[in-house]
Order: sequence, then C-alpha cells, then structure tokens
Amino acid sequence: MSSPISERGYARPDVLVSTEWVAEHLHNPNIRMIESNEDPLLYPSKHIPGAVQVDWTLDLNDPIRRDYLKKASFEALMSRIGVTPETMVVFYGDKNNWWATYAYWVFQLFGHGNAKVMDGGRAKWEKEGRPMDRIVPQYPATAYNAPDRDDAHIRAFRDAVLRHVEAGGPLVDVRSPAEYSGEKLHMPEYPQEGALRGGHIPGAKNVPWSRAVNPDDGTFKSAEELRQIYEGEQGLEPDGDIIAYCRIGERSSHTWFVLTHLLGYPNVRNYDGSWTEWGNLVDVPIEK
Amino acid sequence: MRELPEKLAEVVAEIDSITDRFERQEVLIETADRFDSVRVPESVAVKPYAEERRAPACESDAFVWAVDQADGTLKFYFDVLNPQGLSAMAMAVILAETLEGTPLEQIAHLPTDIVFKLFGKELSMGKGAGLMGIISMVQNEAKKRL
Repeated sequence: MSSPISERGYARPDVLVSTEWVAEHLHNPNIRMIESNEDPLLYPSKHIPGAVQVDWTLDLNDPIRRDYLKKASFEALMSRIGVTPETMVVFYGDKNNWWATYAYWVFQLFGHGNAKVMDGGRAKWEKEGRPMDRIVPQYPATAYNAPDRDDAHIRAFRDAVLRHVEAGGPLVDVRSPAEYSGEKLHMPEYPQEGALRGGHIPGAKNVPWSRAVNPDDGTFKSAEELRQIYEGEQGLEPDGDIIAYCRIGERSSHTWFVLTHLLGYPNVRNYDGSWTEWGNLVDVPIEK
Repeated sequence: MRELPEKLAEVVAEIDSITDRFERQEVLIETADRFDSVRVPESVAVKPYAEERRAPACESDAFVWAVDQADGTLKFYFDVLNPQGLSAMAMAVILAETLEGTPLEQIAHLPTDIVFKLFGKELSMGKGAGLMGIISMVQNEAKKRL
C-alpha cells in the first residue's frame, strides 16, 4: 500500500488527490469529476457518481486535422460539462490514469490550472468498493472564456524536436522496449496505425511510462523512487530541456505529468506527433 | 471485404445499424457482460498464460485459444486480464458466439476492420489496433490448421 500523497516528497503534491479525498468531496458543486478512458465502454458501464466523461477522440481532438481542439471548441466543451474557470476539475480513468493525464495535459494548453488527478485512477476506486452508478449527469451550461491555446511551453512540434536532437538535448521515449528498439512497428494489415520506420529518436532514453506507477494499486511512486528511475538510471537532469514522446503523445503525457508536477522539472514538453509522425518523416535521423 | 461468416455477419449488421452512440455502447456492454461464458476453462489453459497466446497490441491483455472440434471446426476461448477491458471482452464474446462451426477457410480470412462497424468509426487508433489484434489471433489459429 502506498504512503499518503503528502509524504511522497512530490514537488507539487497538490496536483494529486486520493480516492478518500474524492469520496469526501463527491457532492461539492465546485468540483467536477472527469473520467477519461482508453476503453470507450467503461464510462457508460458505470462511473463515479456525478462524473462527466471527456472522450479523447470525440472531445479533445480536431475532427479534421491532426491537432487538438481550439479555443471555441474548448469553451463549448467546458460549457457542456458545467465547468467555469474557477471549477476544480479532477481527472481519473483506466490504465493507471494514462488517458486522464492526457486530458489533464490538453486542459493545460488552455491554462485550466485548477486541475488534479485522482491517484490510482478508476481501478483503485473500484477495488475499494466505492460507489459507482450509470447516471449521466447534466449540469447547467456555463460561460467559459478560455485563452487561446498555448502550445509554446508544454508541447513540442517536429521542427523543434529536430533542432533538439541536433543540439543533443535530452529525450524520453516512454514506449515499450520492443517499440523503442524498432522490433515492433505496427499491426499486420493495419499499417496506418504505425510508421514506415522503426526505432527511436537519436539520444532518447527508454523509460516505459508505466514504470512511474505502483503495479499493485496504480498510485504514483514516491519522488525518491521516480528520481531513481529518471535521474539515477537514465541520467536526466532536473533542469534540462526535456522532450517526452510515445506513439501519438498519450503515454508521454503521463510522463510529462510525472516529470513536471511530481518531480518539479521546469522544462518538459510533450511531442504529441511522436512516433507516428517521426517514423514516417522523410530524412530524419533514427536510431535502432 | 471477403464475405463474413453468416452468424458474425448478422451481429455486425445489427450493431452497425445502431446509429445512436449510447445505444450501441449499451449493446456492447451487455455483450461484454457475457464474457464469463467464453472465458478459457482451466482444462484448456491456466495462468500464467503463454505469451504466444497474447493478442498483439491489445492494451487490455487479451489471450486467445482454439480447441479442435470433432467436425474439424474450432471452438474459441479467451481471457482478458484487465478487468476494465470491456471492449476486448465484447469483441471476444462476439467472436466466440458467432464462429462456432464456421469453416476454417472463412475464419482465416476474417476482415479485421469489422471492429469499426462494431465499435464505431470514432474508435481510437490504439483501441482499434488492440481489437484487431484479437481478430488476428483468431485468424492465425485457423491458418495454422489449413
């Protein structure tokens, strides 16, 4: 069993809340629980009472171009789920909060700072036998004035990544070792899922994203354990200009959350183009 | 697309015809609820399962087995280790319930893109790949025997 969040030595312990905390604040109208999952059937099957769903594919992505939603769509989303700039949003989901941290990261592109992640995610809540229901709540629409999306600080694009590589900057590849080595490229009969080339961006360290969580209950590891992985094993410098990537930027948003908030690294960006972009680009360097 | 086995075609057509996303999810959740009926019995496999039984790219840790039947067809069993892997469970139930008695030649050429007819076109890339991985495992069991 993991120690209380406040005792784990995080730089920003306030970005996490425990399942106990959520249970005590379930009926607080200033808090909105948001479930984001890899499996689209989970939320409709049951969810934390009062929680809304933010679906990565339908809600956070532009339906035409490969990009996230823009200001107007974000404002519409926030209005639909009854969130104001003052509302505290608490993300949780399946797969050790993988998609929850992805949604959290997208919300940060619009500066919604009053945001947290429920430690241990949906699996921990369910395992503890806490209440769940199938009622899809409706909240009064809000007026939410969002700033323009700010991609400059926590998002990296391919040209910046290329310059980063040429300058020998640190990268973290959070995919599985088989993806990192290039052994696994894509599914047979489904080449559009993958890339034309396998391997990794030169210089990238391989730290699979899930190493940051305790396998028994899905909670985040302590700061000391995380430092041992990222600094002790992989030699990352806390004040380095770090870029994390995976296949489409979802798993690396989890690592972005860990490095930025739990370890307090000030300059971490998520390259959401990730391997589905890099592995298809013409004439960029690749290591195997 | 090659012709689907008759029973599978019926289920695919039925679910594909549901235009309301929530209604479709409801049907798939009810399907996943029947997963225990297709879960691999201990007489066929016990944990830890052989890695060769793992469906590639499936984030829900799905495993697939085929048991030869007297009439030369296959009976499929599955396990999904992630208890939250409802889509994988629904996929497994649909395959197990519809492929019994189907000629191996047809199973070997199942189109994997039925996942979009079943789960909707908005299915994420990763989720689609995982569900296709389950179908590819089923195909391979038939191909091995042809």
